[in-house]
Amino acid sequence: MSEIREVSVDELKHLVSDRARSGENMLLNMGPQHPSTHGVLRLLLELDGEIVISCVPDIGFLHTGVEKNMEAKTYQKAEVMTDRLDYLNPPGNNLTYCLAIEKLCEIDVPPRAQAIRVILLELTRLSSHLLWLGTSGLDLAAMSVFLYAMREREKIMDIMEMVSGQRMMTTYIRPGGVWRDVPPEFDAAVQDFCNIMPARIDEYEAILTNNSLFLDRTKGIGVISVEDCLRYAISGPILRAAGMAYDLRKALPYCGYEQYEFTIPTHTDSDIFARYSVRVAEMRQSVRIIQQALDKLPSGPVRSNNRKYIPPPRSEIGVSMESLIHHFKLWTEGFHAPKGSVYVATESPRGELGVFLESDGSPKPYRVHFRTPSFANLQIMPLLTRGHFVADTVGIIGSIDIVLGDADR
Amino acid sequence: MAIDPKLAACIASLQERFGCRQEEFRGEITLYLTPEMIISALTALRDEFGFEFLVDVTAVDYWLNQEPRFQVVYHLRSIAQGWIICLRVPVTTVPPALPTAEKVYPSANWYEREVWDLFGIRFEGHSDLRRIVLPYDWAGHPLRKDYPLGYEEVQFTFNQEEIMVHKPHPKS
Repeated sequence: MSEIREVSVDELKHLVSDRARSGENMLLNMGPQHPSTHGVLRLLLELDGEIVISCVPDIGFLHTGVEKNMEAKTYQKAEVMTDRLDYLNPPGNNLTYCLAIEKLCEIDVPPRAQAIRVILLELTRLSSHLLWLGTSGLDLAAMSVFLYAMREREKIMDIMEMVSGQRMMTTYIRPGGVWRDVPPEFDAAVQDFCNIMPARIDEYEAILTNNSLFLDRTKGIGVISVEDCLRYAISGPILRAAGMAYDLRKALPYCGYEQYEFTIPTHTDSDIFARYSVRVAEMRQSVRIIQQALDKLPSGPVRSNNRKYIPPPRSEIGVSMESLIHHFKLWTEGFHAPKGSVYVATESPRGELGVFLESDGSPKPYRVHFRTPSFANLQIMPLLTRGHFVADTVGIIGSIDIVLGDADR
Repeated sequence: MAIDPKLAACIASLQERFGCRQEEFRGEITLYLTPEMIISALTALRDEFGFEFLVDVTAVDYWLNQEPRFQVVYHLRSIAQGWIICLRVPVTTVPPALPTAEKVYPSANWYEREVWDLFGIRFEGHSDLRRIVLPYDWAGHPLRKDYPLGYEEVQFTFNQEEIMVHKPHPKS
């Protein structure tokens, strides 16, 4: 066994000022077990009194080696690991990985599956934003909004359980479509949700938007310019709150997003409050998209008929020996994807989620890389916190909306 | 998928300037560059062709399959035009090293730290090249293909020493 080596401040001397090394400024560890870091994030803060001079984020406490593990599994079996990355957006992770496989192998997706995917993705976006709203409200001492947000989130979890049998780790979206058709009670449940949700979003806004305590903690804090956002590859609500209307659902539509009418909410202040406003407005747009997708939900198959990659349906396996063998081969050996590499990006609730997939022609992915929004967005923590109070750091972490499973992979 | 003619013109001018090989797969364009060219190519793409967004930096290990062993992969996006382009740089030096892209795109900071952490490719001139997701005293670079997946080989008295040599543990 090796002995544990201590890290001295000398190793971080390029990141903190000389006053920290001489002991005039205080170095404070925030996390990894701090309740307001939204997971296991450690921040090393250099403080002059209450003011943050520099901030050194330390991530990796939730590193699970997903990319390495996926190299040892077949394409289908590796998919279950994608749920665990961004655990607030499992269908989004599944989708991005499946889109990469579909692009690599040129698999078609039936229209009904596309629409179901869109409904689930937007429901997940809502559930992720609701959790963000609740927890970042908690951080800023707005206790009650958490209880309201969780009430609606529970309804989304029930819908997820209804379609996939799982509340969170759904693995419902599969290459070439979705796992199975939605149950008959799905439409009514989603419609019911769409009916109540706009009024519920008004409730959250009634609690927060004009609440002077909330405004004091959020206005003018954690500002970043559009130029800095682009230089640091920031995407998602942070970029939109800085004033750039960039959303991959509009810019590079996937899953038929071009058929739905929605707007990209933006703000110009680029502070915590702007990010709050953008996310709340996005929730309203998500409800709009779900309603449109539900209204014209096409009928038909939910899985591609490309038998080279997609196993035959259950109904055939009982009557056809060839189908049984085919199913067995696809689940034991897997399919052989063509040689090459692709990059696919989707808009997750946090920003651009990308999958880089390289195949060497074998049934296992040669290299899978996730370009995760939390990892990229966390990088601007030092910029956002500089010159603010320690207490504001908490609000800023909340406004970035990080998921550490997503950042550490 | 057809390639945008303006993007094709941009690629052609890059090819002329850097003499790089181009590949197209599923509508995605990949340019192969050498380590000496990468920084000037990134600067040109950012300043002249509007690729203001460095999406990602990662690497692929072709151990025993290809020489040189590592390729570093950059993805750049032009938000205004909606283009994405992939640059690949085979890492020719041993031990593997490349110049850092941090000065052109500040976002490369953490991406390159991740590539260093998981592949052991050094980025010369990087301001803060520490491990990022693994503990600071970790031995080895896990995403290399010669790094075992993590099972423990059973040690007996007769092979204890032999296994100890290649066991993926931090060695004191």
